[in-house]
Formats: sequence, C-alpha cells, structure tokens
Amino acid sequence: MLFTVLTGLITSSLLVPFGKIIKTKWSILLPFIPVILFLFYLWHVPVVANGTTITQHLSWVPSLGVNFDFRLDGLSLLFALLITGIGTAIFFYGRSYLKGHIYFDRFFGYLLLFMSAMLGVVLANNILTLFVFWELTSISSFFLIGFNNDSKASRNSALTALSITGIGGFFLLAGLVLAGNIADTFIISEMFAQHDKITNHSLYPLVIGLIFIGAFTKSAQFPFHFWLPGAMKAPTPVSAYLHSATMVKAGIYLLARLTPALGNTELWNTTLMVVGGFTMIFAAIHSLFRTDLKGILAYSTVSALGILTFLLGLGTTDALIAMSVFILVHALYKATLFMVTGIIDHQTHTRDVTKLQGLRKVMMPVFIAALLAALSSAGLPLTYGFIGKDLIYEATLNLKENWAIWLTALAVLTNIGLVTAGFRAGITPFTGKLPEGYQDVKMPYRAMWVPPMILAVLGIVFGLFPGVVGDYFNYQTANAIAGTDTDMHLKLWHGFNTVLTLSVATLAAGAALYFAHNPTEEKLLSLARFDVVSSQHIFRQIGRSIEKGAGWYTNTIHNGYLRSYHLKIILFAELLLGYKLWLSGPIQIDYANLTPLSWYEVGIVAILIGALYIIVTTKSRLTSVVSTSVIGYCICLLFVFYSAPDLAMTQFTIDTLTTVLFVLVLYKLPPFINFVRQGILIRDAIVALGFGIIISLIALRVLYEPNTTAISDFYGENAYLLAKGKNVVNVILVDFRGMDTMFETVVLSIAALGVYSLIKLRLKSSEKE
Amino acid sequence: MKSAILQTATRYLLPILLLFSVFLLLRGHYHPGGGFVGGLVASIAFVLHSFANGTENTMKILRYKPLSLLPIGLAISTAAVTLPLLLDLPPMTGLWLEEPIPVIGMIGSSLFFDLGVYLVVIGVVLTILFTIALND
Repeated sequence: MLFTVLTGLITSSLLVPFGKIIKTKWSILLPFIPVILFLFYLWHVPVVANGTTITQHLSWVPSLGVNFDFRLDGLSLLFALLITGIGTAIFFYGRSYLKGHIYFDRFFGYLLLFMSAMLGVVLANNILTLFVFWELTSISSFFLIGFNNDSKASRNSALTALSITGIGGFFLLAGLVLAGNIADTFIISEMFAQHDKITNHSLYPLVIGLIFIGAFTKSAQFPFHFWLPGAMKAPTPVSAYLHSATMVKAGIYLLARLTPALGNTELWNTTLMVVGGFTMIFAAIHSLFRTDLKGILAYSTVSALGILTFLLGLGTTDALIAMSVFILVHALYKATLFMVTGIIDHQTHTRDVTKLQGLRKVMMPVFIAALLAALSSAGLPLTYGFIGKDLIYEATLNLKENWAIWLTALAVLTNIGLVTAGFRAGITPFTGKLPEGYQDVKMPYRAMWVPPMILAVLGIVFGLFPGVVGDYFNYQTANAIAGTDTDMHLKLWHGFNTVLTLSVATLAAGAALYFAHNPTEEKLLSLARFDVVSSQHIFRQIGRSIEKGAGWYTNTIHNGYLRSYHLKIILFAELLLGYKLWLSGPIQIDYANLTPLSWYEVGIVAILIGALYIIVTTKSRLTSVVSTSVIGYCICLLFVFYSAPDLAMTQFTIDTLTTVLFVLVLYKLPPFINFVRQGILIRDAIVALGFGIIISLIALRVLYEPNTTAISDFYGENAYLLAKGKNVVNVILVDFRGMDTMFETVVLSIAALGVYSLIKLRLKSSEKE
Repeated sequence: MKSAILQTATRYLLPILLLFSVFLLLRGHYHPGGGFVGGLVASIAFVLHSFANGTENTMKILRYKPLSLLPIGLAISTAAVTLPLLLDLPPMTGLWLEEPIPVIGMIGSSLFFDLGVYLVVIGVVLTILFTIALND
C-alpha cells in the first residue's frame, strides 16, 4: 500500500524537471497513474469483501510513535476506490480541459500530490501519520483553488480555504494527541479496544470537541461551510475531484473512522446530529437561490456532507448503512454534474443558469450524462440514488425516539432541495430553446464527455444490481464504521411502504419546486441582506481584528531598536526568574561545603572587575569591546580550573571571533558621540545590577538544591557502551542529543544566509517599495 | 594592517592551525575537541590570514565562497543521520567500522556528523565575517 501513496508523490516531484516534456508530448501517460492504482485497489475488493483487513507496518520515527502503519478495511477501500476511480475520470477529463494551459504540468503536479495525500489519509492506521497527510491535502487544495493565480478572487478563496482548514487542522492535532495519550496508543485499530477508557475519561468532551472542529472545517459543516462555495474558483476538474468527491469527505471519513473508538456516546451523537442536520437543511435552502451552476453544486455538496454527518450522528445500524451507500451515490452523481458544468463552462464561457438553455441540441451526449446524474441525485427508482435515499428515510423512521418523525421531515425537506438543485444543474442548461449566439457551440473533446458519462451510467447500473454492489463495496464499509457486523443486504424493491411513499413524495415535491421556483439575480441579492450575520462575515471580522491586534503589538513591542529589545528581554527574564526565586523561599548557604578560595581565583575576579569598570567608564567603543573579551577569557580560565576543557576551548574561540566581528562592525560606524541622558543610564544600571543579582542568587540556590545526577550518570555510563566515545560532552552533542545539534547547525546556516542576503541585497530604487 | 611579521607568520600559521583544527575534529570523540571547536579554530585561522593579507586575498585562497560550505556540511550531517535508515535502524544510530584506521582512529557515522558540523561552522563564521568585512 505504501507504494500507492508514494507513486503520486514521486511522479509529482518528477514533474518539476520533466514537466515540459510531459506537457507537450507525453501528457497521455498521466491518467494511467490513477488507472494503475485503481486496478490495484479493485483487485483487493473480493478479499476485503470477505471481511479481511490488510495491514502494513514501516518504522518512521518510532521513538515518537509516528510510523507508516497502513490498514485496508471496508471503509478505507471504498474511499481508496473513490479517490483513484474518480481520479482516473478527472485525470482524463482534466487533460483535455486544460489542454495548452501554460501551467499544465504544475496542475497535474498538485493533483498527483493531492491524490497521494488523500490516499495516505484513508489508509493510515496511525493518527499522527493520518494528520500529516490530512494537512498535505489542505496544502495541495490551497494551490489548486488558487491555480488561476492572476485573479485576486481566486487567491482570496484559496487563502480562506487554507485558513479555515488550517485552523481546523491545528485543533485536530491537539484532539488526536490527547486521544492518543488517553488510549496510550496512536494506532487507530488499537484505539478501538480502548473505547470505554476514552469515553469515560474526564477530558473526553475536550477531545471530541477538538476533533469535531477539525472534521467540520474540512467537511464544510456549518459554521465553517463558507470556504467550500468560495473554493469553486478552482478549475472545474478540481472542484469535481477535491471539493465534491474526495477531500471534503475526509472529515466525514475521520469521524467514521474514529466512531468505534470515540463514538456511541450521547455527546458524540447529539453534536453530529445537530450540526449535520442544520448544515443539510441550511445548505439545501441556499442551493435554491444560486444562479451560478457551480454555486448550486457547491451548496448541494455542503448539504450532502451535512446528511453524512447527520447519519453518523444517528449512529444506528440503519443510519451507518445508509451513510456507506450515500458516500458512493453522492460521489458518482456529484462528480458527473461538476464535470458537465465544466464542459458547459469550457464550451460556452458562462455558468449562469439563467442564461443557459437548450444545449442538448449541440451536445447531446453531455445532456444524457447530466440527465442520468440528475435522476440519480433525485433518487428516481432504478438508480443507485434511489437506494441511498430509501436507506436515509429508513434510518430516520426506524429510530425509537418519539422525535424520529421530525428528523424524517428534516431529511425529506433537505432531499426536496437536493432534487431541485440536481435538476437545476443537470437539466436546465439543456432543455428549452437554444438562445441566439449559442448555435456555434461545439461538442467537447471525447475525453471530456466520456468520463462523466461512465460515472453517470455506473450510478444507474449500481441501482439495478444493488445487492451485488452493496455486498462488494458497502457492506464492509458499514461494518468498519459500526465496529460490528451490520448484516446489510441491499434490495432493489422493498414493497409498498412508508419509505417508498416518502421517496415518491420527495421526487414530486422536488420536481414541483423546480418548475415553480426560478433563481434570479434579484432573489440572490435580496438574500445578501443577511450577509451581516453570516458566519463568513463574522470570521472575516475576527480575522481583521487579529490583523489589527498583531499590527498594534508589532508596532509597540517590536520598535526596531536593539537596545529596547535587550531591555525587554532582560526585564522579562528578571521578572520570571525573580518570581520563581521568591516562590522557592529563603536561600541558605552552607559555607563549609564550598570549595576553598585560591589566590588565582581571586586574581581572576579582580581582573574581571577591572575590565567591567573599564567597559562602563570608557569613551571608546573599541576599548569596551576589548574589555568584554577580557571578561570572556577570564570565564574561560575559570572553566579550565574547574576541569571543563571542552567549554573552555569553545568559549575561547567564540570570544576571539566575537571580538573580531565587533571590530569589523564598529569600524564601519560613525564616531562615538554620547547622547544618553543621566536618567536612562541609571535605569540601565538598575536593570543590569538586578539581573546580575538574580543570576547569582540562582547559582547559590542551585547549590542548595538536592543534587540529582541521574542524567549525567546515565551519559557517563553509556557514552562508551552505546556510542563508543570517551568524551561525554562530544558524545552528547553528536549522538545522544544529535538531533538538537543537527537543527542548531540548520539555524546557524539560516543566520549566515540572513546576514549574507541583508548585506548583499542591493535593491534598485525601482524595486524598493 | 600591513605588517611583514604578521604576513610571514600567517603563511606558516594558517596550515598549522588548520591541521590543529582537523586534529581537534578527529579526537573529539575520545578527548576534548570536536567539530564545533574544530570549525571555530579553522575559521580563526582564515580570519588571521585575512587580517594580515586582506580579505580579498583570503577569498582567493578559499577559491569558493564560504557560503557553499553550508549545503555541503548540512548534506554530510543529514547523510550521517539518515544512513542507519537504509539498514532498517532508527535514524542517528551510531554505525562503526570494526577496526580502527591508522592515524584517523575509529570511523563511525558520528564522525561524519561531526565533520558536517565542522564545515557548517566554518561556513557560517566566514560568511558572516567576510560579508561584513567586504561590504562598503
């Protein structure tokens, strides 16, 4: 499984050097990457359908518990098939859609990166690995939404999406780490056994609260939903792939994945039900007023995601079965509708549903695909959508609670909205009279209309054989979410019952609404009055206030004067250390235990004080710098006396070089003139003296503390045994704490680059802003 | 600062100090020394040379910009850190040759790690000092 995740990453990086050749000559190779991966997962279907799970383990950072643990069960497999299968369709489609685009190679680089990341999310069996891939999907999505980087709106949308999902990711990480610590394992399949331990823990509400924020931001649940309609600025293949079929379902996937470990509590179910329920009806209503085809689809996607969350919240076996089917149903018809919208946009250069009409006359096959998808989305009998909708109604009706009837009503209302939205996006542009000027609209390339056609036809074929499809694709998915055997068997025909009545009523009401209500610019504008209370507006306000606060903070604290920074840093350290010192109580000095004073130590201290006096009184910069280095050498001698040769050597060389550096800089400065007022000198003296006193007190305090040598003993004993070194200091630097050293060298390099570029950078006056 | 004495002295001091810095680097694992101190001593050697002969002349001896030592050093350190991964061991595991090599002594991955540190330190110090010195 690791190779399937890495394939995309590797090819994505290969596109950097070989992008030009791929773009011009070999672009046909690109779609075969998802094809191969899709076949690989398809080949696993029979095995997984038997209830087998396949696992793979590879150490990455074992000391932190971060490993490549992959696990393929029903839920992962369904998602992996969606990712690679719809990916195949999108890659063929996108290749034609973006033919000749200058950033063609870049586009597929991002898309491959995304596909890998998404596969990583659904296959990972370690929550930390899952998180890494999760963030990678947000990042690749950012680049794809902002793909048309010369448009400001597109850049803004990308940034909004990244901020919302990024903030969510931050909370998610906290939640996952907490959950992992409580369960004492980061392996997801092992967490299932810890269900009671986690759910009874006092931090449980916090854990799931944090994870909810992560999942809701990713899956565009209210109040974080607004980034998804904004993300429609992306090229349509991206909207079809990321923002309807795969990435936005990552949040749902995560919740479903963790249900056996964290779910089945009242808090879990109620929250999901309320948030999902509100999102699905809210977005369904919104979708009725959009005039942009992609806007309609975006809101109906949000609504569908709400339905999935809602079903997860119901938590009954029926609901989980419905969910596992609806994931597939929705991916099939929504990806199709998006691709159809893309074709319309590509050929006519508009997506305004009030202007588009009668296109069936110029692109019949596209109309057939759109019609089939719209019917599946409407849940017409004999489509897979019909099965999906039946199961949803069954789930709400079979609830034992007495408010089950209200939930059913909610589900029906949402579905009426979705029926209308599906018809609007799939049928309106094709029916009626072809307007003037559209006579010359050409048929799209075959690679553009065949993929949506295949997906749409699958939606029908699956509907004709729900038993087989359900057994192979959805049965184990539902089992994986429920954590037990759901005993699911789909049937084409349930007989005449309440569910069927509701289904037909939904279809009829949706169709009626479709004919009765036409979205217009005026209606959309009248809706805009409520923008002030929309969550998007509120989030933007919060964002602006943070920006303002940061500006104020930077201007007051970071004023650019080195002396002011020094003062603040030292004052802060004094306050903190002084407070701790005060807390720790009085200091007693045991004079008997101190080493006796020798004459050379007294001599060094005398030199030290003399050098200090010169620094404070001298009028020359150079003298003060040289005196500072005298102090450094004195300390260096002290290290020698107390047998720390490594420290002494380092201190000696560092002091030498610091002096050289000072001299080099001072040499360039204008002559020294004293501007400082008496008051400031006194203030600085007090701060400096205070700091010295506090450090001395701490040194005495340390002597008084009971001596713990466990760490130094460990290093002393193991330096030779484990690292074959006799110099403990060096062994700590290059072996025991080698990672620290590694990153310190990186920091040093960055500092050097900083100095180099600050000094060497010579901007022309035209480049300065 | 043109001083014939210093110029003559640095001609001999530069190689001796550099040799000493390598000595510090190699003995670091068993005795006081190590890549960091070694790197600092080597930088001092070049700084001394630049004082006597001018920074331009030191740059000529160096041939390449000290900045180019940074990626080389970081790459060597990173290689030493990641090498154990190829043998299915956790990163940073010390790998050692069985027998010591004459003059150099025991060779292991942490020696290469230290060599990376040594090069980065030289690169950093010389880049900062020489960039400031040559700026006008």
